[in-house]
Amino acid sequence: MRHVISLLIENESGALSRVSGLFSARGYNIESLTVAPTEDASMSRMTIVTTGSDDIIEQITKQLNKLIEVLKVVDISEAAHLERELMLVKVRATGKDREEIKRTADIFRARIIDVTDTSYVVELTGNQGKLDAFLSAIDPALILETVRSGVCGVGRGDRVLKL
Amino acid sequence: MVLSGAEIVIRCLQEEKVEYVFGYPGGAVLYIYDALFQQEAVRHILVRHEQAAVHAADGYARSTERVGVALVTSGPGATNAVTGIATAFCDSIPMVIISGQVPTAAIGQDAFQEVDTVGITRPCVKHNFLVKDVRDIASTMKKAFYIARTGRPGPVLVDIPKDVSMHTCEFEYPKEISMRSYNPVVKGHSGQIKKAVQLLLEAKRPMIYSGGGVVLSNAAEQLTKLTRLLGYPITNTLMGLGGYPASDGQYLGMPGMHGTYEANMSMQFSDVLLAVGARFDDRVIGVPAHFAQELRKIIHIDIDPSSISKRVKVDVPIVGDIKEVLEEMIRQLESGEARPNPEALAAWWKQVDEWRSRNCMVYKNSDEIIKPQFVVQKLWEVTGGEAIITSDVGQHQMWAAQYYPFDKPRRWLNSGGLGTMGVGMPYAMGAKLAHPDMQVACVTGEASIQMNIQELSTCKQFRLPIKICNLNNRYLGMVRQWQQLFHGQRYSESYMDSLPDFAKLAESYGHVGFRIDKPCDVEGALREAFTTHKNDLVFLDFQVDQTENVYPMVQGGKGLTEMILSAEDL
Repeated sequence: MRHVISLLIENESGALSRVSGLFSARGYNIESLTVAPTEDASMSRMTIVTTGSDDIIEQITKQLNKLIEVLKVVDISEAAHLERELMLVKVRATGKDREEIKRTADIFRARIIDVTDTSYVVELTGNQGKLDAFLSAIDPALILETVRSGVCGVGRGDRVLKL
Repeated sequence: MVLSGAEIVIRCLQEEKVEYVFGYPGGAVLYIYDALFQQEAVRHILVRHEQAAVHAADGYARSTERVGVALVTSGPGATNAVTGIATAFCDSIPMVIISGQVPTAAIGQDAFQEVDTVGITRPCVKHNFLVKDVRDIASTMKKAFYIARTGRPGPVLVDIPKDVSMHTCEFEYPKEISMRSYNPVVKGHSGQIKKAVQLLLEAKRPMIYSGGGVVLSNAAEQLTKLTRLLGYPITNTLMGLGGYPASDGQYLGMPGMHGTYEANMSMQFSDVLLAVGARFDDRVIGVPAHFAQELRKIIHIDIDPSSISKRVKVDVPIVGDIKEVLEEMIRQLESGEARPNPEALAAWWKQVDEWRSRNCMVYKNSDEIIKPQFVVQKLWEVTGGEAIITSDVGQHQMWAAQYYPFDKPRRWLNSGGLGTMGVGMPYAMGAKLAHPDMQVACVTGEASIQMNIQELSTCKQFRLPIKICNLNNRYLGMVRQWQQLFHGQRYSESYMDSLPDFAKLAESYGHVGFRIDKPCDVEGALREAFTTHKNDLVFLDFQVDQTENVYPMVQGGKGLTEMILSAEDL
C-alpha cells in the first residue's frame, strides 16, 4: 500500500540524512521525499511517499518518531488529504509541435514559463496522476528534460500537523 | 568564567560527576588531553586500542547505573571506536563518546586523519552531534548525557573539531535541558496496565519473560516482587540474567537458542505471556511463524514503542519505564481482591516441572579432560556466586550464561545484541574500576581474548586484578559446532593454530599465568587466583575438551521447541 507520511523535524544539518539513512538501513522504500523549512525557520517539514504493508508502515512511523530531531509524524494518507507535485518539462518546440504543445499545456492548465525559438519550459502542478498524464499526452521524442519536485501533502480541513 | 573549549569539555564531565574517561590521545584531541592533565577530578584510563576504550566505558556503564565515557581522536581513533559504539547501541547502554575532529576549516578537505565521524556512526548511535562553535559545547554535552541516559538508553557521540576545543568563551553549565523534539514516556498508560493485570489473573498457563530492559531500568526488585506475588514461572534472557534470582524455584533458566527445555516449552505453550523489557529477538523465539502457531495473549512492557509488535504481534502494549509500570501493576494487584486461579496454576506448574525433570543442563563430566561447563561451575563455587562475570562471544559465553546462575542484576556483562568478540577483558576493566572491592572474572576463549589481548598492558598500568578464565579448546568453538552440525563436519578456518603460551604471555606483561590441564586442578587453580593472587591479574588457561558442544540448541531458522537437547539427539 502507498502511504504519504508528513513530519516536522528540527531544521539542522544532517537531519535529512538521519531520515534517509533510516529508510535505507531498514530496507524501507522511498518513492519520493521533499523537505523545506516551514513558516518557523527552525523547523522543516518533510513529505515522504512510501509503500509497505501495515506492519511496515507502523514500524516506519515508530522508527521516525524515535529519531531525536523529529518533532511529529503523521500518516496523512490515513484520511482525506491533498497531494501536489510541481513539474518542469523542457520540450523541443518547433514547427507544428509548437502549437500542439501549447494546446496540450492549456488543457492541463499548465503554464509555459520559458520560450526560445526551439523550446518551451512547461510548468505543471497537480497530483502525481495528472503529471503522469501530461507526460504521456505529449510525444516522448520531444521531451528534453523532466524535473519533478516529489509530493507535498497536507491533510484536509481540521487535520493540522503543527507543534 | 572564560574557558577554552577543551576546558569546557572537562568541566562538563566534572559537572556530570564522571569518575573515569577511557581513551587514547591523538592530534585532534590534544587540547582536550591538555585540559585533562591540569585537573584531578576526572581520571583518564589509557587503553591500548580505541575499541577497548569504548568497551571498557561500556562495561563500566553496564556494571553501574551510570553513563560510560570514552575519548578518542579523529580518523582512525573514531573508526576504531565504531565497533565499541555499535556494541553499546545494540544493547542500549548509556554512553557518551567524545571524538576529536580536524579543524573546522579543514573539514571536507580530505585532511590528515579526517573521516566523517558523524556520518559513519549515525546508524549505530542513539544520537550524535558535530559541534561547530565553542559556545555550543556546554549545551551539547548536557544534551548528550541527557539523551544517553533517558528513554531507551544508548550511546551518544559528540564530535569536536580541534579549533573549537582551542577557542574560548564564557562557561556556564546548563542546570536543566529541555528538548521539544525529545520527551521520552515514563509512566505507562493506566488503562493498559489494568487490562494487563486482568489478563494475567485470568491466565491458565501464564509465563513471564524478561530481558535487558529490567536491568537497564533497575527494576529487578519490582520484577521479583511481582513474580512472587503471582507465583508464575519466569525466564530471563541472556541480557536479562540476574533480573530475577536464578536460585529461586520459579526461575526456569534462560530461553532461546541455548535456553533450557522448560523455559522454551513454557514460552511456547503459555496462554498469557508477559514480556518485560525484552524484544522477541531471533535468538530467543526462533522463527516468528513457528512461535505464532500456538495461540496466546501477549502483554509487552517496553520503553521503546518500536520494539513492540516488531517481530511478534502484541495484544496489550504498555509503553513506559519498566520500573514505574511494574510498580503500578504491583499496586493494582495488592489493592484488588482477585488472585490467580490456584487449580489452573497448580496444573500448569505440574506440566512445567515435568518439562524441568528432563534435566536438560546435565552434561557428562570427565576425570581425564576438563569440561568447560565444569570450569564455570567451579568458578561459581569459588566466587560464591557473587562475582561480576564478563564474557566474550561464542561457546564459552553460553556456558557462562548457563552454568553461573546470577541472583542479582548488573553482575553479567556480555555483548548480547551485536555479539562482539573481544569485549570480555575491557568489560572486566570497566567493571573492576567501578567496583574495586568486588571479584571480577572474564570467561573467555582463546580466540576472543586475542581480539583485545593488548589490554593486558592497560591492566598492568592501572593495577586491575581481574581473573581471566580462558576456556581454551583450540577452536572457534561456536563456528566449529555449527560446521559439525550443519556443514558436514568441514571445519573451514575454525581452528586456532600457533597459539601463544597464554600463561607466559600474561607473565611477560607482569601478571600471573596458570596453565591447567587436569580436571582435578581446576578448583585449586581458581582458589589460588582468588586468594593468594587476590591483588594480581591472573590468566587461567584451561585446556578444555575440544569437541564439547553447547546444548540445548535450537538451530537457526527453526522453531523454539525444535530443540537438540544433547549429543544423543543428533
